[in-house]
Amino acid sequence: MEQVKDKKFGMVIDLDKCTGCGSCMVACMSENNVPFREDETDKLLSVAWMRVYKMTNRKPYPDTEVCYFPRPCMHCEGQHSGHSPCVSVCPAVATDYSTATGIVSQIYTRCFGCRYCMAACPYHARVFNWFDPVWPHGMEKSLSPDVSVRMRGVVEKCSFCYHRYQKAMEKAYVDGRKELEENEYQTSCTQACPAGAITFGDLNNTHHEVYKIAQPDHKHHGKSKNPKVFRLLERLGTNPKVYYLSSRKWVRQLGDNYRPDEIMK
Amino acid sequence: MDSALIPNGVKRCSMGKFLLWNSIIGLVLLWGVFALLLCWIKGLNQTNMNNAYGFALWIWADLAVIALGGGAFFTGFLRYIVGKEELKNIINYAVLIGFICYSAAQLILGIDIGQPLRGWFIFWHANIHSMLTEVAFCLSCYFIVLCIEYIPLILENRQTDKVPFFHNLTHNMHEVMAIFAATGAFLSFFHQGSLGGVSGVLFGRPFGFREHIFGTIWPYTFFLFTWSAAACGPCFTILVTKITEKIAGKKLVKDNVIDLLAKISGWMILTYIIAKTADTLYWAFVTAPSTGFILAKFYTENPGSVYGYWILFLEIVICGFVPALFLIVKKWRRTPVLLWTAIILAVIGVSLNRWVLVLQVLAVPVMPFTDWNIYFPSWQEIATTILPVAYGILLIMISYRYLPIFPQEAELNPIEPEPEPEQEAKPEGKAEEIKTKAGEPELKPAEA
Repeated sequence: MEQVKDKKFGMVIDLDKCTGCGSCMVACMSENNVPFREDETDKLLSVAWMRVYKMTNRKPYPDTEVCYFPRPCMHCEGQHSGHSPCVSVCPAVATDYSTATGIVSQIYTRCFGCRYCMAACPYHARVFNWFDPVWPHGMEKSLSPDVSVRMRGVVEKCSFCYHRYQKAMEKAYVDGRKELEENEYQTSCTQACPAGAITFGDLNNTHHEVYKIAQPDHKHHGKSKNPKVFRLLERLGTNPKVYYLSSRKWVRQLGDNYRPDEIMK
Repeated sequence: MDSALIPNGVKRCSMGKFLLWNSIIGLVLLWGVFALLLCWIKGLNQTNMNNAYGFALWIWADLAVIALGGGAFFTGFLRYIVGKEELKNIINYAVLIGFICYSAAQLILGIDIGQPLRGWFIFWHANIHSMLTEVAFCLSCYFIVLCIEYIPLILENRQTDKVPFFHNLTHNMHEVMAIFAATGAFLSFFHQGSLGGVSGVLFGRPFGFREHIFGTIWPYTFFLFTWSAAACGPCFTILVTKITEKIAGKKLVKDNVIDLLAKISGWMILTYIIAKTADTLYWAFVTAPSTGFILAKFYTENPGSVYGYWILFLEIVICGFVPALFLIVKKWRRTPVLLWTAIILAVIGVSLNRWVLVLQVLAVPVMPFTDWNIYFPSWQEIATTILPVAYGILLIMISYRYLPIFPQEAELNPIEPEPEPEQEAKPEGKAEEIKTKAGEPELKPAEA
């Protein structure tokens, strides 16, 4: 069943609220059957759809400030519809941009593991399955039946818990509806965050909380009208659908690269 | 033992020596095959690649061998389309080197992908917007062209040439070779360019991204890659020819042929490096700063200064302008040491360019709160990269021994009639004595 209007699902992460607890990462791994290994010391080999970075203002004590920075897939739209950095380069259409939801998908069974999308993504949101997924004995019983497990040799990434969207749409269909309520489709990280730092919803829907905070200007590729809201590496033209909120200027400044002669606008 | 297979009028080393060298190179090849099997069976965790370095040594090797193999298409273009007749004396070898380079590239790609059995998806589920799709199609098609160009060479072996069908087939294939040369040049233009586009289209990676011509179609690296492959590919052909001459201990191609190819290469390198300089300047002062990056961010504050300004200097000046000038000035390119220097520098230059546009693109931190990514390949990656080199050497050894690759070899190295064995064996005076012995039958050469 098709929805009436195209959606642009996105999120706003309030960096002033994030405590860096990592609940979003745990919830994401559990929800999406993300594999892990016994030895996870090398984080560059880890499979993590949601990763929390630690940033500092690079000032010595006692002026040091810390900010934790959760980074899911940005579900970039690019400068024209669907021209996200990764989708445009995948040679086998194993990743695609949905104009109906604004979600960048990943088709695991079509991906042949060339990793061009990983090279294209400036956010390191895409990870490769370097190893066979193996769960501790018995733990395979706790895997979610709604999300397929991935095989070695393919790329995977955050899907904005797309299976939850599918389930919500199925329920709406049974109820005879074509549209979802705001709370019917929420990602697992949003629900798991104890500080309520993540707000998820439709950026096209003016009634949704995410729209009210992000205030996207769709005439200018979704750029926020809220002075405290920014997007990561906005100037690259990736047009991400994940927004960040912070009252601290140094945090907002670390969201992009600036030349020494530049004053952040 | 195999003298019936060796081309007429040329001399080859003994079978034992040939087999010994084949075995040594074969061992290196087996080492590579072992590493290849490890990668296929155990997966890409055998490499030192990671989520920050999704592209690494293999992709560099791919881009480098395809650039170096560019000598095949460009020499073919000059010989058949432009009409540089002299180059017929090196075209066979250029084709063989191209064949090796392109088959090596396909082999490496077969190891590099995470799901090798799904490799055909790139054709079946092709995304026409992806540079890699264009690379896959053009590269495969051009490899077929190279096979077509290599087949007549194989059929010119002394024994196969005796078969009338093969003889006529070879003759007819030579007649229409201009069509394949033109097709090869056309295909190469696109796949060399697409390889340049691989990093040029990455608008999320400011180090690799370049402005596009016609708005959104091709980044400037598209043309730079084609140009540099046409410029430096012939240098690799000359280099391999020179190395082969050194190993064989004889001249195989006349100086005027090398001189012509070197001169053309020199002008190509000069024009390329001027365009490359202009591209670098525009990127450094316009493209990258528009996204908040200054040049220093790409070349400083990385561990051990692995990616310092020295790379730019080495690529553009030492391996760009210097070989160009050495090859353009007649006196210099006719000085052996300068010719050697120039072709080696050109080969290093184009390889370095590919390295930078694969590995440095990923090494540079893009998110302001992340660090440089430094990578060193695992032995499995190194072994599988050496594997095609060993395969190439083997194929050259076999082809050189049994096929008439160098048309000028017999002329340049006339075989003098062997002296009488008796005369050689006996000291002076004794020979005279033998000749004067009456009644003794003379030994026939075969019996002797």
